[in-house]
Amino acid sequence: MRNLRKAYRDMVAVDGISFAVPPGEIVGLLGPNGAGKTTTVNMILGVLEPGEGAITIDGIDLLKRRSAALSCTNFAAVYAALPGNLTVEQNLRVFGMLYSVPSLSDRIDALVEQFDLKRFRGTRSGVLSSGEQTRLSLAKALLNRPKLLLLDEPTASIDPAIARTIRATIRSFAQENQSAVLWTSHNMYEVEEVCHRVFFLSHGRILLEGDPRLLPREHGAANLEDLFVQVANEQLHDGIVR
Amino acid sequence: MNPRRLAAVVLRQFYLYAGSPTRLVPLFAWVAVDIALWGFITRYLNSIASPGFNFVPALLGAVLLWDFLTRVMQGVSTAFLEDVWSRNFLNIFATPLRMSEYILGLVATSIGTSLIGLATMLGLATLAFGLSFFAYGAAIVPFLLVLFLSGIALGVAGTAMMLRLGPASEWFIWPLPAVLSPFVGVFYPITTLPSWMQAISRLLPPSYVFEGVRAIVRGASWSASGLAIGFGLSILYIAMAGLFFRRVFGVAVRTGLLARYSAESTT
Repeated sequence: MRNLRKAYRDMVAVDGISFAVPPGEIVGLLGPNGAGKTTTVNMILGVLEPGEGAITIDGIDLLKRRSAALSCTNFAAVYAALPGNLTVEQNLRVFGMLYSVPSLSDRIDALVEQFDLKRFRGTRSGVLSSGEQTRLSLAKALLNRPKLLLLDEPTASIDPAIARTIRATIRSFAQENQSAVLWTSHNMYEVEEVCHRVFFLSHGRILLEGDPRLLPREHGAANLEDLFVQVANEQLHDGIVR
Repeated sequence: MNPRRLAAVVLRQFYLYAGSPTRLVPLFAWVAVDIALWGFITRYLNSIASPGFNFVPALLGAVLLWDFLTRVMQGVSTAFLEDVWSRNFLNIFATPLRMSEYILGLVATSIGTSLIGLATMLGLATLAFGLSFFAYGAAIVPFLLVLFLSGIALGVAGTAMMLRLGPASEWFIWPLPAVLSPFVGVFYPITTLPSWMQAISRLLPPSYVFEGVRAIVRGASWSASGLAIGFGLSILYIAMAGLFFRRVFGVAVRTGLLARYSAESTT
């Protein structure tokens, strides 16, 4: 991402941010609500055009070769459930075809096994619990073994035991496939456990960057959550001053 | 063009129809009701009109052909609406799917659904009311083609409007064929209309089809050149509708409407 900027009339959502997510690395994108995280994710997903800047995925310019660039990505987001009127299997098959996944049936078999969805294969995804739907979204997100995986609060609605398993799954996926992962979360414990590096966003700008295990000490905070609260309070204060 | 991605769009719709009687039944139920209603009207008109004129090919045939166009248009727009209703924009438009593949997928779906409607209408009109497509001769092929292409153009333009104006605008889209029907002369010759309406009629491809239908029923020769104009216009409108959709999609991506479609507007 280079000098990415997006403004809606007078409101600047993302203000010239630049960063890279190297293969095999899990990068956390943190920040209070309204900091510009989802806007950034939407721009990388090609559903929102940046006002300025460039996005390159696996060497492919997203704005110039949208389809080719998006075939290297995939995502799961808490606010983007798969169509509830299709079954688990149907959803995975349709999206597998959209991503041109080779040996699709084998890939679906492996993913339903991996995400414990086997017994729901013929169940409409709309009747699954929110945790099961999240697992389905994650299975969809890994269908094409993306070079860049975007996860927007992927464990927001699942219990701690499954969340732990999912974190382990994503970590090993990133390592085995040398995939870059961009992860947004408000769970600082999770971020510390999973992410190699984090960016703190505030008012659409990158405020801090570094190792989530070292950053709090470097900035005089007791832990990552305290650091998050500091950044959030600054944003709130800036918002009031403005 | 990636045929597998196009097939994915169609497969998604197939799954929906196969698993949902509420989607399947309207494919033939409403057109059957329409044919039954107009079939009885034509039967009554035949009984009171002077002998020698058959209302079945003139009126029931016209209703059938107009319903076909309507079904084609609705086939495209309903397939698009499935993504609106299931809030699937983010999932589907963040894939490598190209706009041309998406649109062609909607059109392919519409071919399937409209053929089911056409077969139902034809079966009922033939068996119950004695309508035969053979009455129109070989002209029925270009008639259906022009109506099909017009339905596609209308459907694509309608989906572009829905994309631009938000989910609630579907209520603008459903009556579009009804808005056009007075101009295209489904039930009466174009010359019946005032001159300003006739001018609009000449720009609408179905007008040439219904003029041709009436000419055949009268025993006159139908205008091949008129139908060629209708064909050319329908191709032009499909191209324009495709460009319109592409442009609206570009605006939706630029303004953020695509990512926040349920908000209906980003301003």
